[in-house]
Amino acid sequence: MSAIELLETYITPLLGGLTLGVAAMWLLFSLGRVAGISGIVWGVMAGPDRQWRGFFVAGLLVGGLIIHTVIGIPIPEQSSTSLSLVALSGLLVGFGTRIGGGCTSGHGVCGIGRQSLRSIVATITFMAAGVLTVFVIRHVVGGAL
Amino acid sequence: MKSWPALLSGLLFGMGLSLAGMTDPGKVQGFLDITGAWLPDLAFVMGGALLITLTMTSLILRRDKPLLASSFNMPTLKTIDGRLIVGSLIFGVGWGLSAIALVPLWSALSMAMTPRWCSASP
Repeated sequence: MSAIELLETYITPLLGGLTLGVAAMWLLFSLGRVAGISGIVWGVMAGPDRQWRGFFVAGLLVGGLIIHTVIGIPIPEQSSTSLSLVALSGLLVGFGTRIGGGCTSGHGVCGIGRQSLRSIVATITFMAAGVLTVFVIRHVVGGAL
Repeated sequence: MKSWPALLSGLLFGMGLSLAGMTDPGKVQGFLDITGAWLPDLAFVMGGALLITLTMTSLILRRDKPLLASSFNMPTLKTIDGRLIVGSLIFGVGWGLSAIALVPLWSALSMAMTPRWCSASP
């Protein structure tokens, strides 16, 4: 494995993960809030506390932009997935996270970080459902979607 | 409540996601594809994030209050119920379906805002 491959496969994901952790801990330390993206996005639309949530989401978008443009990490190619499938997927993600009370960030990063049993169970559950879904679309229906 | 700390947190979060490659649905789907061409990226992302949150959360919560707000606002639910399981199952299916979690989806929106000259290279 070359140095570049090593960097791309292990180092940048690890650095990115550490950055996510620091971002979540800063929000907890400064404002006493959990950095759960699905909850924050929901809060921007439905309230309460639209303002800080809006600023968080704005930062999220600009932060991605900074990495892709200033630092020059290439923007991932557009997915070939059909728009209707993305819409269905988005609907399930939005609906599921509201019922289940969180997503990869709220349950996965912050909740497990707090050693919350609820979040551990939620993370295992959505990972299992994700694995099963990818298995079906890639290996059963053979990427027909 | 002050907004600039939230902006800073969002900035760092968005930078972390993009750096980690989590704006690429293929990498997320690759992680979930355990019987195919498995990609370990997400494990390193989660590992890195948890390294920080597992060590820092309890230290921060030992304080009486946050630095710039009057109190900590933490989830109070403790029960593992049907809602948690069903909701997480539905989220997981949607996540795997196009491998766009809310997280990458929102960061991916920044691509739409990218000026043309930034994406000039093939």
